[in-house]
Amino acid sequence: MEQGLLRFITAGSVDDGKSTLIGRLLYDSKTIFEDQLESIEQASTQRGTDGADLSLLTDGLRAEREQGITIDVAYRYFATPKRKFIIADAPGHIQYTRNMVTGASTADLAIILIDARAGLLEQTHRHSFISHLLGIKHMVVCVNKMDLVEWDEGRYNEIVDTYRSFSSRLDIPDIRFIPISALQGDNVVDRSERMDWYDGPTLLNHLEHVHVAADRNLQDCRFPVQYVIRPQTDADRDFRGYAGRVAGGVFKVGDEVVALPSGLSTTVTSIAIGDKKVDMAFPPQSVVMTLGDDIDLSRGDMLVRENNQPNSSQDLDARICWLSEQPMRPGTRFELHHTSREAKAVVKEVVYKLDINTLHRIEDDLEIGMNDIARVRIRTAAPILVDDYRRNRATGSFILVDPGTRLTVAAGVIYT
Amino acid sequence: MSDYNMSHLDELEAEGIYVMREVAAQFERPAILFSGGKDSICVTHLARKAFAPARIPMPLVHIDTGHNFPETMQFRDDLVAELGVQLIVGSVQELIDRGEVTEEKGFNASRNRIQTPTLINTIEQHQFDACCGGARRDEEKARAKERFFSHRDDFSQWDPKNQRPELWDLYNGKHQPGEHFRVFPLNNWTELDIWNYILRENIAIPSLYFAHEREVVRRDGQILAHSEYLNLRPDEKVEKLQVRFRTLGDLTITGAVESDADTLEKIIGEVAAARKTERGGRMDDKRSQSAMEDRKKEGYF
Repeated sequence: MEQGLLRFITAGSVDDGKSTLIGRLLYDSKTIFEDQLESIEQASTQRGTDGADLSLLTDGLRAEREQGITIDVAYRYFATPKRKFIIADAPGHIQYTRNMVTGASTADLAIILIDARAGLLEQTHRHSFISHLLGIKHMVVCVNKMDLVEWDEGRYNEIVDTYRSFSSRLDIPDIRFIPISALQGDNVVDRSERMDWYDGPTLLNHLEHVHVAADRNLQDCRFPVQYVIRPQTDADRDFRGYAGRVAGGVFKVGDEVVALPSGLSTTVTSIAIGDKKVDMAFPPQSVVMTLGDDIDLSRGDMLVRENNQPNSSQDLDARICWLSEQPMRPGTRFELHHTSREAKAVVKEVVYKLDINTLHRIEDDLEIGMNDIARVRIRTAAPILVDDYRRNRATGSFILVDPGTRLTVAAGVIYT
Repeated sequence: MSDYNMSHLDELEAEGIYVMREVAAQFERPAILFSGGKDSICVTHLARKAFAPARIPMPLVHIDTGHNFPETMQFRDDLVAELGVQLIVGSVQELIDRGEVTEEKGFNASRNRIQTPTLINTIEQHQFDACCGGARRDEEKARAKERFFSHRDDFSQWDPKNQRPELWDLYNGKHQPGEHFRVFPLNNWTELDIWNYILRENIAIPSLYFAHEREVVRRDGQILAHSEYLNLRPDEKVEKLQVRFRTLGDLTITGAVESDADTLEKIIGEVAAARKTERGGRMDDKRSQSAMEDRKKEGYF
């Protein structure tokens, strides 16, 4: 049985061996092609590195090659007969927090790398916290560079214990630990012969089998209307279909639904993917629904169930990550984009900023600049239909767009 | 009852359909960049599924180098007729004739580079604010950081160091007048995904993708189709080989591979076992380590 897609994020800096780990996954799963290998061997020789430097595979842009750092999220792909993988490869330095937030927003799983010699560092806390904040439910802590600590079980256990006592403060239900050497390949794809004291799966084996389908919200029916399809052709003159991506719950033909914000009730008369009719729709399918009644419904509205409705609110309690190089100016009227809806919004209050290395609240300096994470209160010009982010990532998230530059300046998650 | 599983192709399709609908909803004058290659054919197929039973609410735009495989042109015209969509052709030859671009000379001359001004010219002329293309992140390292909605300034330039953050599936298509977006619904697909999807959906593709006998020229480790547009070096000779194409670009630069894969199943077997990336056959990428990044900054696809 094919397992479908797994989207995961790797955060870390060059020193952690993150790029080497990704290079190793691609190389050992035979995803690297001959011409790519030739190209990096040539580049490694020019730089005087011994052998093929697998980290060169992942540091794509010229600025990165010149400076030797990763400055943006890069996406990598590989597949095994069991699963297809999308890696969001994010830089780990604190000045790239926004990039990690971006990569984490679509990830099901996070890989946290710890250098076995150094143990937990500030950035271990930071990466773990961001994964938690962005609602990632599965984490793999790879204790890397085991070759440099003589494959020592005691050292590994010490790091595991320290991490466990730290992570008890985070809401991440599934945390797994694996001792590896990305450089030498131990426990990445192939089982290590030098750590027989470890009897868990290799990293790839775990990635192939981790169950993430259950993370989707199948309880709360949410269908944000994305686009209205009206063919205007002779054959389908009266057709009126509502296109969108299911954000939660399972919709079935015949279901009674309520359109929000109008509150009008109707029934689902058909569901289709392309020209193929289906009986039901669930996340993250893109479908077209037709309804029993000709009601007023357009982009930005939502179909839900009568007895299970999202919060309709103009006041949001949110955690935001500031993405823009320009600091937040108090009183700016942003455009808030939430599902397929847009609303004018102002940040009414900064409650606190977070020191994301220590998780301490900062209450005496409330200036918001790039990479800052803060708890804020937002007021929107019209009610929006939200769920708690921890219950539904699609209806609990938003971005803020600057009305002047049109740039995306902040990303937010809503707590209800 | 099923446990609501989706195969990875189902998930990629759902994402692609979602992106196409965002384009139609957010932009005034969107278009699909159609090359006749398998990737733009897949984008068009996603658009068909995204808007069914309505017609695709945007035109297909073909940037015509004049050096085309005749099979591609026939395929394009048949598809346009079947879909009932508008076709807009941006002609490289017209720009050459008007003296707006200069053609390269010599044995490796190609019109690949002057496709870019032709594309920009077409975008400006028709005031397109979003152009959907079939590029994929796995094709080339400069593309690994590409967004779904990729912003271009009013000179059509891409600034890789200053891209808009893209979170969840909230795509921000807001822009100033004169700016536009390139949109890549297949970003998360690999070459193998494309082929498996073509097989699953039974999508028609040009015959050039299947193994056939053709007159070719070997040059610098590549196999190029012989045509009136290819300048032969003195020591080069034309030979007949059983080949197929892994990508379809301009006739003068698209490398063929020796193959007997004459069905989709055989092609998939071949792609799965391949040890060279598909762009490895393209002369345009070989010019330097950053060849793709440089062309993208200028406004290439």
